[in-house]
Amino acid sequence: MLSKKNKEALFNPLSKDNPVLVQILGICSTLAVTASMEPAIVMGISVIAVMALSNVIISLIRKSIPTTIRIIVQLVVVAALVIIVQQFLIAFDYDVSKQLSVFIGLIITNCILMGRLEAFALNNRPWPSFLDGIGNGLGYTIILVIVAAVRELFGSGSLMGFQVIPQWCYDHGYENNGLMILPPMALITVACIIWVHRARNPELMEN
Amino acid sequence: MEELNLFVKSIFIDNMIFSYFLGMCSFLAVSKNVKTAFGLGLAVTFMLVVTMPINFLLDKYVLQPGALSWLSPQLADVDLSFLGLIMFIAVIASATQLVEMAVEKFSPSLYASLGIFLPLIAVNCAILGGALFMQQKDFPGALTATIYGAGSGIGWLLAIVGLAAIREKIAYSNVPRPLRGIGITFIITGLMGIAFMSFMGIKL
Repeated sequence: MLSKKNKEALFNPLSKDNPVLVQILGICSTLAVTASMEPAIVMGISVIAVMALSNVIISLIRKSIPTTIRIIVQLVVVAALVIIVQQFLIAFDYDVSKQLSVFIGLIITNCILMGRLEAFALNNRPWPSFLDGIGNGLGYTIILVIVAAVRELFGSGSLMGFQVIPQWCYDHGYENNGLMILPPMALITVACIIWVHRARNPELMEN
Repeated sequence: MEELNLFVKSIFIDNMIFSYFLGMCSFLAVSKNVKTAFGLGLAVTFMLVVTMPINFLLDKYVLQPGALSWLSPQLADVDLSFLGLIMFIAVIASATQLVEMAVEKFSPSLYASLGIFLPLIAVNCAILGGALFMQQKDFPGALTATIYGAGSGIGWLLAIVGLAAIREKIAYSNVPRPLRGIGITFIITGLMGIAFMSFMGIKL
């Protein structure tokens, strides 16, 4: 069940082969939904679900897909799964689905999905593909949550909607940094994470 | 006048890259030199202009609640809007395929210079994002939607050419080693985004 290769498929994407930091996939949504933690976590869970299921489905039918139209087949499978997730969110968590607006739909074109389908699910059996999907989804979610935590803490002084920075700080002149809420700071936060990550893993540095 | 406003607004204020972060993956991957960046920008603009009116008509006459009533009054309460995503992505993927074949037939030189970017446009989120924003904004007609598509595409083109130009220059700078390559590109994009935010105060 969990041979060495399967373990690698599951755990490598968490740090050494992280989809956001190393493969540079799925940037759009990383930046757009991370102004606070709740939508980031919902987005992460949606991506994990869509990713694991689409990897399994494509892996099951990988031998019968003609290579010339495989992109359309992959897109249709992913789109069908995303529609299920979208309807589920509208039914059970309407407020968050409003906040995420078009970005749930954009999971379809999230490059992590296409990237992993092309690179892994098309050549591997369903069980490793499932683990790869979960692993990459988790790696993506971790980055999403870190970025969202930094931005929410400094931008609104709260985490998950609860006030963290106490009132007496504000009484003594502390101000929330409004810039952190704005989209460009997400890029700079991700850049700092990449900086730390590469400094700790010198083999990833570019020349 | 309304259309001109929308055009300028979609280029600068609602810029696809700097205010919505759509199409980031190819934006970061293909911005190493100005020439290819320009080619990709043109291709994205073209696809937005082609698919936007098709998706608009599809949305208006097939997908919206009650949109099918032009067929027969009995269909007035049919709501197909949950199919929106799958229809849009099918239109975009097939349009990409068609455009690819047409370009290959009629202009082999352009086809060779665009290379792999042409098929990859199908998964560029700026195109699908454009369709979804178009659905949200509820435009009055297909022409307005096309203008919005053209504006968004040109905004994307400007952004990628600007970034590519900066990256060509920064190759000569002494950047800290862990930041080289993708890290510094993120920071540049962030700073460009802050600069573009100065357009936000403009009311058109």
